[in-house]
Amino acid sequence: MTRNTKPLSLRVPEPSGRPGDAPDFSHLKLDAAGSVDRPPVDARPVQMLDLAFRLIRVLDDEGNAIGPWNPRLDAETLKKGGKTSFYMKCTGEEAIAVAQGMILSREDMGFPTYRQQGLLIARGYPLVDMMNQIYSNAADPIKGRQLPIMYSAKDFGFFTISGNLGTQVPQAVGWAMASAYKGDDKIAITWIGDGATAEGDFHNALTFASVYRAPVILNIVNNQWAISSFQGIAGGLETTFASKAIGYGLPALRVDGNDFLAVWAATQWAEERARSNQGATVIELFTYRGAPHSTSDDPSRYRPGDEHEKWPLGDPVARLKQHLIALGEWSDEAQAEAEAEAVAQVRAAGKESEAIGTLGQSRPSVKTMFEEVYATEDWRLVEQRREVGV
Amino acid sequence: MTEKTFTDADRHDGIAPDMADQTEAPASVASEAAAVAPMNMIQALNSALHVKMAEDPNVLSFGEDAGYFGGVFRVTDQLQQKHGLTRSFDTPISECGLVAAAIGMGAYGLRPVVEIQFADYIYPAYDQIVSEAAKMRYRSGGQFTSPIVVRSPYGGGIFGGQTHSQSPEALFTHIAGLKVVIPSNPYDAKGLLTAAIEDDDPVIFFEPKRLYNGPFDGWHQKPVSPWKTQDLAQVPTGKYVEPIGKARIMREGNDVTILCYGTMVWVSLAGAEHAGVDAEVIDLRSLVPLDIETIEASVKKTGRCVIVHEAPKTSGYGGELSALVQERCFYHLEAPVTRVCGWDTPYPHAFEWEYFPGPERVATALKAVMTGGSR
Repeated sequence: MTRNTKPLSLRVPEPSGRPGDAPDFSHLKLDAAGSVDRPPVDARPVQMLDLAFRLIRVLDDEGNAIGPWNPRLDAETLKKGGKTSFYMKCTGEEAIAVAQGMILSREDMGFPTYRQQGLLIARGYPLVDMMNQIYSNAADPIKGRQLPIMYSAKDFGFFTISGNLGTQVPQAVGWAMASAYKGDDKIAITWIGDGATAEGDFHNALTFASVYRAPVILNIVNNQWAISSFQGIAGGLETTFASKAIGYGLPALRVDGNDFLAVWAATQWAEERARSNQGATVIELFTYRGAPHSTSDDPSRYRPGDEHEKWPLGDPVARLKQHLIALGEWSDEAQAEAEAEAVAQVRAAGKESEAIGTLGQSRPSVKTMFEEVYATEDWRLVEQRREVGV
Repeated sequence: MTEKTFTDADRHDGIAPDMADQTEAPASVASEAAAVAPMNMIQALNSALHVKMAEDPNVLSFGEDAGYFGGVFRVTDQLQQKHGLTRSFDTPISECGLVAAAIGMGAYGLRPVVEIQFADYIYPAYDQIVSEAAKMRYRSGGQFTSPIVVRSPYGGGIFGGQTHSQSPEALFTHIAGLKVVIPSNPYDAKGLLTAAIEDDDPVIFFEPKRLYNGPFDGWHQKPVSPWKTQDLAQVPTGKYVEPIGKARIMREGNDVTILCYGTMVWVSLAGAEHAGVDAEVIDLRSLVPLDIETIEASVKKTGRCVIVHEAPKTSGYGGELSALVQERCFYHLEAPVTRVCGWDTPYPHAFEWEYFPGPERVATALKAVMTGGSR
């Protein structure tokens, strides 16, 4: 049997620019600041479908906070956000973890990826402990067992980072279910990158969050790039990542992730919804990964070199600074001072940590290699530890 | 027993093979006054869950069809009715999702017990079990733990084909941070499940489904005897704990040690009888942690060792046992350590009894080691 049709062809998505090309963001539809409506927190998901395709923004081009999502934050809160945001290595994505880390408390539980270190910094986790972890030295809180930046800080509401992508999202839902089961008032918050939303874990998490109305905030950090794969490879060409929530009956917000106030406002909306037992919210945080994926990565081999500079939503720290200056609460001098202070703090912590030792110079005792595999060692671990001679 | 073909449709209407005779109410509900009651394995497991859920509000039970309906094998029967909807509930058909939810709950401080309807369906949850639950305590420097139990019916002899018959225990014994427990009788099933729930580490708890309703010994042409004729089916209705990591010597003997677990315990006993060999039959009960002392003492006494499991031979747990025995008992051995296992094929539907290691294969192996040679 033959069909009177043309041969099929396979589509493989490609980004709008590769190395050597001029960055092209003309395909982005960016709503003006203040132009997206804010539904009541008890809105039914079906009543707010358009928010999955819009972009919630508060800060306009002049740094003014406008529109229904303006969280009307006082200057002291903003300064805290502005100051702390300078410590991060998640260049371009600082606003997300800092704002969200400030809204939720450390009694709530965050299930992060490796790009939410801002959560720890915003909550005052000692910088030197972060560095000790990075160096896997004798003072590493997790005893040299994980790659750098795979922090774990239970007392700061920071769940142990896996490194296997997406696994934390359904765990966050389970944690939130447990809190609800116990009649507790704590909620969970989790983050996943645009690339990892393709993992089954993400979709399982949305099903469970919807079915059991779990008090959890499910963030998708769309930073455009998963190592070298642009967000279209994860399904971002045909729809938004926020819209994935719609099929699961969850409310979706799509937010300018470089707008500290918009991130704050959307998170607060989701928080109120979760705390009032109305369940989960999916938030797509639209941003740009300014830095390489990791120190082993070279983005100039797969994307236009100046793409980050040309990103139409700017830099989150610069925009918050502009806003504070517009409010008359900040100045270039104050910013320079805060930056210098931040750099000094980081340097001091670095020195303190390096004095304990860097990777290979200092490490926990070898005996600890065999500990905490189980609550108590079994005979195998005892024998193997003896074989090592410790 | 009447042999019947087990199809996927059975999974959804809850009619599992050999379940026809299971009509009475769970013993823990029916006879709470009695200190000891005869129970089959389903009733014993159900009793463990009822007792622990009554005792500890942090114990939850959930899985596919495991809530209102009580599970396709009825192990979670009446948990929801007795302990409430939020403590025993149905989950979406997402093994990854339900295990991940349990991990999150465990990190919060609960002790969830999840049911994977058949061990053959555990693979979608494998990453969550292996990369997350198993490593949680270690990778977080002890800040977070995974005190969860993953229960799952496993093993063959039920005409379940490749999707209802597998024995994947070796995929979990290989993983540091997991415990793997497999009971072979109602008494141990209840005591070990209680211990597993109380354990602070993740426990993979495989239930030999061919033993749910009777101590099947592999003589499939003969009628199956019910559990009530066995001493190990006299189960306390209240709480007791069987420690994880301790083997049970099911039959003392002097000529050869048989290491086995699950359904193969009863097959091994039948095989020894068939061969007329004075075998010491050791039910491992827990593969990790392993009771190496009991194994070592027995093999040093008998000088011979046969290992029996249903899982395929290559890289099965028998390989580990064999290595341990030769490392520790080599100079006491009179014959090569021998394995009787499932073949290295997927579990075949039409060749159940050619695949399933029965008492005749065990007897053949026993006779071979008794005459000094390998098979």
